[in-house]
Amino acid sequence: MTHLLLVVPRVLLAVPRAIGRLWGRSLWLRVTITTLVLSLIVVGVLGLSLLSRVTTGLLDAKERISVGEATAGLGEALRLLDASDTGPSTPAPERIVDGVVSALAARAGSPATFDVLLLSSQLGIDAPERGTNLVAESSVPPALRAAIVDSGRQSWTYTDIRFLDGRSAPGLVVGAPLSVPSVGAYELYYLFPLGQEQSTLDLVRSAVIVTGLLLVLLLAGVAWLVTRQVVLPVRAASRTAARLADGNLAERMRVKGTDDLARLATSFNAMAESLANQIRQLEDLSRVQQRFVSDVSHELRTPLTTIRMAADVVYDDRDQLDAPTERAVELLQNQLDRFEALLSDLLEISRFDAGAAVLDDDRVDLVGLVERAIATAVPLAERAGLDIRLVTTDKDCFVTCDQRRVDRVVRNLLENAIEHGDLRGIDVRIAHDEHAAAISVRDFGVGLLPGESSLVFNRFWRADPARARTTGGTGLGLAISLEDARLHGGWLEAWGEPGKGACFRLTMPIDRQQEFVESPLPLEDVPLPMPPEVSSEQEADRAPGGKGDPPRNGLNQDASNHEGSNRDGSRSSPAASFVIEGVDP
Amino acid sequence: MTVPAGSTNGSRGRVLVVDDDAALSEMLGIVLRGEGFDPVFCGNGTNALQAFRDSKPDLVLLDLMLPGLDGVDVCRAIRAESGTPIVMLTAKSDTVDVVVGLESGADDYIVKPFKPKELVARIRARIRRTDVPAAQVLTAGDLQIDITAHTVCRNDEVLSLTPLEFDLLACLARKPGQVFTREVLLQEVWGYRHSADTRLVNVHVQRLRAKVERDPENPEIVLTVRGVGYKAGPA
Repeated sequence: MTHLLLVVPRVLLAVPRAIGRLWGRSLWLRVTITTLVLSLIVVGVLGLSLLSRVTTGLLDAKERISVGEATAGLGEALRLLDASDTGPSTPAPERIVDGVVSALAARAGSPATFDVLLLSSQLGIDAPERGTNLVAESSVPPALRAAIVDSGRQSWTYTDIRFLDGRSAPGLVVGAPLSVPSVGAYELYYLFPLGQEQSTLDLVRSAVIVTGLLLVLLLAGVAWLVTRQVVLPVRAASRTAARLADGNLAERMRVKGTDDLARLATSFNAMAESLANQIRQLEDLSRVQQRFVSDVSHELRTPLTTIRMAADVVYDDRDQLDAPTERAVELLQNQLDRFEALLSDLLEISRFDAGAAVLDDDRVDLVGLVERAIATAVPLAERAGLDIRLVTTDKDCFVTCDQRRVDRVVRNLLENAIEHGDLRGIDVRIAHDEHAAAISVRDFGVGLLPGESSLVFNRFWRADPARARTTGGTGLGLAISLEDARLHGGWLEAWGEPGKGACFRLTMPIDRQQEFVESPLPLEDVPLPMPPEVSSEQEADRAPGGKGDPPRNGLNQDASNHEGSNRDGSRSSPAASFVIEGVDP
Repeated sequence: MTVPAGSTNGSRGRVLVVDDDAALSEMLGIVLRGEGFDPVFCGNGTNALQAFRDSKPDLVLLDLMLPGLDGVDVCRAIRAESGTPIVMLTAKSDTVDVVVGLESGADDYIVKPFKPKELVARIRARIRRTDVPAAQVLTAGDLQIDITAHTVCRNDEVLSLTPLEFDLLACLARKPGQVFTREVLLQEVWGYRHSADTRLVNVHVQRLRAKVERDPENPEIVLTVRGVGYKAGPA
């Protein structure tokens, strides 16, 4: 029941909404309906004024004739009354009245063009009153009677003429005072029926209405046709533009004639042509660029392969060489490695720049991937004297991603951490929620200066240009990692503070279709499951700031401490349950 | 199918090197000879097929970019008449190029610049199957796989597989029902010690299915285990 009750108003609401949408969307409909409404108003006003002019004219003429007739009748009545007065004996009032009325009725002709009513003005006296053709006394409005009696002059008004048999019809009443000898004051009323005029007016009105409606419909039709001439090409233009926008660059408008619309089509086509040309040019450029990169790749790699193999052959026999040559061969070997890495990183970057990088998606277990990456990095880490800890509660964490790229990101982050970390080691964390998965790599080395956290992703950027590289990184690793993360629709962010180390966090959607707004892992410093005593206060004081936030001064410490510890508290509570797994090398 | 002739003349096998770069060819020759192989050279794509027929190599090292006939076309031409292992040398590690190369019939690829040891390991992995011991007949689905005779039959009808496809099928069929990850297959069949390009596995599984499945769209012999890898169907 409630369901039905809810549905009905929705349906009722849907109809006006649909009309509103159509109204908003269709210029054609809007122009036609506007024309219809406006012409309806104009025709209505014109028709009303025409009708009122016709009515006034008709009634004025009727009034003039009627008053003339009534005046003449009054003269006749006065003559008759005078004549009856001059006779030898005064006739009975009934006879006088009858005589006057019948004489006047005779003037009306047959059929009667008017009726006559002779009424006595004196109240309380039994004076004879007469009328023709069963006309009723109530036909005369009391106001008119009063006006005639008061002014003693002829007067007229419109009224409904009522008959004793119940009929009634619109009419004009003209009355005048009259004195009947031996009886007293009378009023003589002429009642002119307006049936003729009424039917004329009806005819005119219906003619006006029919003509008006036809006119309105014609105007709407004209508007419909005229708008169509404009709207159809505009719609065609809009359809063409939409198809162009969809990438259908060959789409053009049809040019007909030389009018404004044809000019619109011409300039539209010119625009489309120029757009298509530019796009084609850019595509060509991009293709040339990719082709160039591919060719350079091939041309550089073939000689490099020969050099590489030659160097390897010499290197394998290095124990037969004298010491300086042996060292030279070693240097050659190392630098060839570096050169190769640099070349492949450069090619990778140019592939990103050319937009030629594509994802090769797979369901990948991030925990397994990170474990393998750590296992590979352990020898390097041991040489640097630091250990890598994997901190996670996840048994596994499956994500749709390009395994090669994510693996490369993790390796880059590990290498970076090994290069910049110190003896406190490296913490690798993995976590996920329903939308996103994150991997963070935290070192406790030199850290980053304020503002450097965004610079680290720049190509060939070095924190300290004077500092030597130990792992032989190319300087492109983090830049490539950032591009890899972006390609996955993810983030790669850095945080760091001088002396406290740095943290890099990769966040990726679990599924490419999913959006995420928050990373499951914190980027800023969080205390370890068992933090050293000093760290919690210091860390809390920096937590509200984002990456690269400069340390706050003492004055701010209280407020931020409170805020920070809240945030840290909520963030680090799961940290209590973190399992520190040993890393098998 | 080619029977490896390596052991007859004392070398570990004959390798046809098809590459237009003279220096690289010479260097490859030095390395291959140093490892006990018998290298034969061809400098362009047009003569490659003839050189292949003449030398009857145990393995072909094929550069993807060649003057004359393209490497991919050469690969197709060789594959059309022989299952001899083909390892592509490519300067392009881009997805499309590698996949096109693999789909044209190459068993494996190696990206320039490579280390000599890496190359030798790839070559050995492709030639080594000669010393697979133990006469065995395996089954997978309705297929009989004769390891010794190196043949695969369905109802006495012999299916023509390349050695690599045979190895892949045999590897899966040896442990029916066990799921092999792509990484394990790369290790077992291709001889990679580190994780490599899993597209190798994907492409060759497709090629294998095209030959052994009744309906490659609904495989019954090589089954995909989503998110993990592949396994052989029940016998």
